[in-house]
Amino acid sequence: MGKLEHQFYEIGHMDTLAGQDTAVHRLDPRAKLITTVVFIVTIVSFGKYQISALIPFVLYPLFLLAAGNLPLPFILKKILLVSPFAVLVGIFNPMLDQDAIMMIGSLPVTGGWVSFASILVRFTLTVGAALTLVAVTGFNAVCMALEKLGAPRIFALQLLFLYRYLFVLVDEAARMVRARSLRVFNGKGMNITAYGSLLGHLLLRTLNRAQRIHSAMWCRGFDGNIRVMRPLSFGRTEYIFMAGWISLFIVWRLINLPFWLGTTVLGFIG
Amino acid sequence: MSHHIVEAQDLHFTYPDGTKVLRGISFLITHGESVAIVGANGAGKSTLLLHLNGYLTSTTGVIRIGDSRLLPENLKQVRRAVGLVFQDPDDQLFMPTVFDDVAFGPLNMGLSAAEVQTRVRTALETVGAWHLHDRPPYRLSGGEKRSVAIATVLSMSPDILVMDEPSSNLDPKSRRGLIDLLKGFTHTKIIATHDLDMVMDLCRRTLVIREGKIIADGPTGEIMHNEELLASSNLEKPLGLRPCHICAEGIQKGTGGGDTVTR
Repeated sequence: MGKLEHQFYEIGHMDTLAGQDTAVHRLDPRAKLITTVVFIVTIVSFGKYQISALIPFVLYPLFLLAAGNLPLPFILKKILLVSPFAVLVGIFNPMLDQDAIMMIGSLPVTGGWVSFASILVRFTLTVGAALTLVAVTGFNAVCMALEKLGAPRIFALQLLFLYRYLFVLVDEAARMVRARSLRVFNGKGMNITAYGSLLGHLLLRTLNRAQRIHSAMWCRGFDGNIRVMRPLSFGRTEYIFMAGWISLFIVWRLINLPFWLGTTVLGFIG
Repeated sequence: MSHHIVEAQDLHFTYPDGTKVLRGISFLITHGESVAIVGANGAGKSTLLLHLNGYLTSTTGVIRIGDSRLLPENLKQVRRAVGLVFQDPDDQLFMPTVFDDVAFGPLNMGLSAAEVQTRVRTALETVGAWHLHDRPPYRLSGGEKRSVAIATVLSMSPDILVMDEPSSNLDPKSRRGLIDLLKGFTHTKIIATHDLDMVMDLCRRTLVIREGKIIADGPTGEIMHNEELLASSNLEKPLGLRPCHICAEGIQKGTGGGDTVTR
């Protein structure tokens, strides 16, 4: 649990990173959100055996990292943390798809391995971009941008509250687990019943907490709408940022740049 | 007519599960009074507080705020007039940043952006927390959270401040800061607490609640000296009123738990 707590505090570190003041931090969150969504959609739209065409796309998250003054190891660690999901999604591909589609020297490479690698590359790019987006914008601002762009209000609010109380919930769970582990001897009390009751209690506490928060909101005039004062300004810089990156994504999607470069260079040599 | 008056007449309240919490509570608190509500755990203090701004509605009985009776029609005005500070600041601070949280009430009241800005700044400066305005609430210390929670209510400029255990979980210095802050307020104050020393500092009048009834209502000084009454409500005489056992025993007999070594 200690490790899990630690991971959550590291999520809190994202807010510290988002609090910096660089040119990309100052951009309107909507511009960054739209560009990142287009980035993710473009990457997902590639065929399942594509790897080389994806390579230029690494520039976008790298640009955000560099311009936003973010530590690369921190983001990489976060990607690694969720990577088991991607590995699980693709791990059976090499067994299911055993047709060799290319040769490296005399070694045949099956379609399964290529598509597995493609999944991993796409996962790294999309998750990396999403994480850098949060780290240069702040989770709250991303939610605000979602709402301003017409996402259902309730959805944006749910996300906001989820993020706000994630820390409180983790603290509560951590305290319960600590209390339990201090009373466990020789592995007794570690069984599934104990966990069941622990989870049940956590749920009840969460419900109580929700009730109290609702009453606190109600006492301050809550009527179902959350009003936030946050002037957002969408100016020339935002348009240039969006137009620049999105047109690059389109070019990279239509032309396999590494392949084209390779053939051109080989053509010259040949 | 002042809006700062709170009157309760024969309040009864039963939770849906059948627990009777209030059994005939009546009192009148007038303009500018500072009143403590004390009593054992489960005596009904918090439930009573939730009645004062209409969050809970009594089964029978009447609440008056100012010159009007608390009814569903005037809930909005009542919520503006009665500012309720919750026991756990984590329940009260739900917005992404301190600024948004303090602005939440004024924005719901439909004030202009400029007015909201001024109110947030004034409220946060009053509690000495303006420097925290762009921080997320979960990153604050206990004392800071409490100050901000009070600011969220001050920004609505209430006439009456109602507080549930305001000094719980505070370190002594933060507690002292809170007491000094509350002393400076001219609002009508209603404070539910177990911290009887704070009551001595802040409230001239005390209500003692036991099993949903008021068993004593009088000047704080008198009530705090009535040890029998306090004991019957699971309370103890405030430390400030007890003879100092260190001066009494330690110095006279020289057995105050060994000599203190100063380094």
